[in-house]
Amino acid sequence: MQYKSQAVAMPYFIAAIGLFVGQIIFGLIMGLQYIIGDFLFPAIPFNIARMVHTNLLIVWLLFGFMGAAYYMVPEEAETELASPKLALGLFWIFLVAGALTIVGYLLVPYETLAEMTGNNILATMGREFLEQPLITKVGIVVVVLGFLFNISLTVLKGRKTAVSMVLLLGLWGLAIFFLFSFYNPDNLVRDKFYWWWVVHLWVEGVWELIMAALLAFVLIKVTGVDREVIEKWLYVIITLALVTGIIGTGHHYFWIGAPEYWQWWGSIFSALEPLPFFAMTVFAFNMVNRRRREHPNKAAVLWALGTGVMAFLGAGVWGFLHTLAPVNYFTHGSQITAAHGHMAFYGAYVMVVLTIISYAMPILRGRAANPERAQVLEMWAFWLMTVGMVFITLFLTAAGILQVWLQRVSDTPMSYMATQDQLMLFYWMREWAGVMFFVGLLCYLVSFFVKGGTATPARA
Amino acid sequence: MNTTHSPAAPQPAHAPRLAGDLAIWIFILAELLAFGVFFAAYAFTRASNVALFDAEQLALSRNAGALNTVLLLTAGYFVVRAVQAAEHAADRIAGHWLAAAIACGTGFLAVKMFEYAHAFQADISLSSSPFHMFYLSLTFFHFMHVILGLVILIALWKNVRAGRYRLGDMNGLETGAAYWHMVDLVWLVLFPLVYVIH
Repeated sequence: MQYKSQAVAMPYFIAAIGLFVGQIIFGLIMGLQYIIGDFLFPAIPFNIARMVHTNLLIVWLLFGFMGAAYYMVPEEAETELASPKLALGLFWIFLVAGALTIVGYLLVPYETLAEMTGNNILATMGREFLEQPLITKVGIVVVVLGFLFNISLTVLKGRKTAVSMVLLLGLWGLAIFFLFSFYNPDNLVRDKFYWWWVVHLWVEGVWELIMAALLAFVLIKVTGVDREVIEKWLYVIITLALVTGIIGTGHHYFWIGAPEYWQWWGSIFSALEPLPFFAMTVFAFNMVNRRRREHPNKAAVLWALGTGVMAFLGAGVWGFLHTLAPVNYFTHGSQITAAHGHMAFYGAYVMVVLTIISYAMPILRGRAANPERAQVLEMWAFWLMTVGMVFITLFLTAAGILQVWLQRVSDTPMSYMATQDQLMLFYWMREWAGVMFFVGLLCYLVSFFVKGGTATPARA
Repeated sequence: MNTTHSPAAPQPAHAPRLAGDLAIWIFILAELLAFGVFFAAYAFTRASNVALFDAEQLALSRNAGALNTVLLLTAGYFVVRAVQAAEHAADRIAGHWLAAAIACGTGFLAVKMFEYAHAFQADISLSSSPFHMFYLSLTFFHFMHVILGLVILIALWKNVRAGRYRLGDMNGLETGAAYWHMVDLVWLVLFPLVYVIH
């Protein structure tokens, strides 16, 4: 690596992968609970498993983003990180706080956890994805502020590139919108209204900037295409992402009691949300086709291309499927939403973090790329996880269509639970696709330990 | 008027060339798609509420709309003249043309704000009727584009005065001009659709 302080990225990447494994294990548990309702009950009830599954996802992606920033920013700014010590200190704080929160979820009833952690002082708990206790939320803010201070200072003292500016914009946006998790109005409509300012404006707004910056960085490195060309694409992508994503928030306002015009605004602008993802796909393939060098890290190139395709399918196409108000009237909150959520998170954010890990980790370990055998195994992991996720998505989509039909469209609608019984075949198939994904993840883990004859030496 | 550089002067034959940056054209297509979807939504909604749409449309000021059309078209013409002047290294004159275009664009905003003030006095809001929803949404979305277009024109004006553009190095100026013409074009569909046709 070019700068010594980039090494602080390594623990972040390792923690991210570790929590990723935990997330998938809870996914498998929960997938089975869809079929065998009392599996592991009362030790791990469904709602707890779900909370752990989604919270671990968010936390490990945050670890991934921070690791990526610590790796990228010194290289972009052409200077050492302002304070590697701060970065390491914050790593341990974040890891311990995250672990304690998950242990709290698993060992203590949620309401007791709320009492123990000061929810009576400022009630912030109980909202989907933002279930973290108040002290954890405060901890997240402290860690993220320290992190932003560190990387912003690094950028300020060094070279300012479009990639690092877009990355900073995304990360600052992430921090600012998280503050709405502290605002919890009594009125349910307003509660939901602002809740989306965290949830939607993260994943369909500022996270897209982070994703585009990570992708641009890796593409510059592995293709050798002129920075100028890549930056131009970056500007187009982030403008499209912000315009469609911000107003597209309206697609969450259809049925919560917000004014009716949101059905138009939300439908029209969110229908255009596939555009930035499509641009990213074209961007990735275009840059790789115009490459000026053959980078020895084939696996990282594969992840970068895969991100483009899967993000477009998962976030773009599967999002569009149910984003128009007249369609969403029927599909809202069904398994179609779950299908979209799975492929969008995997395609956009999981894959982009794995892209940067795939690119950076060998360099952090002192070589430009992993030995051939390790890369082959990593590519097997890529295909097993990606194909596994495609199947999870397809089976959930099928389950969702059947669910909407039986429960909401038919002349003799069935109850929610009676409908669930009819979806068992799809839930079984989804669980086996999940097992396939897990096997892919295990291959991925093993690929880090495969030694081979011809490791490519690191370039200066 | 700059008579020494006629726009009709014969140009040397050369291969067809995309004026402005490829990236802005992708962006312009995305913009047109967004407006296109909005126009289509308007048309479909109107089809099931023709009487209401016609009645409320009559309350709009077609004169203000027509004045704004003239302002935007004039601004578009001025931008064309600015590009031509810059191609012939007449930077000072190009700057004047751009300043005139900026003045027309600002005039558009003023007229539009006058219209909005009138509408809000009449208790027109996004929720008062489907027609009003579309009228306010479409014109305000376009209004924001005029503001962005003006920011771009001001940047171009500063660059032109600094002598940044030369024949063969017109990319920045042409890129900004292309965006302004898109803002123009959208209004040329929006005005008849929302103000006139019934």
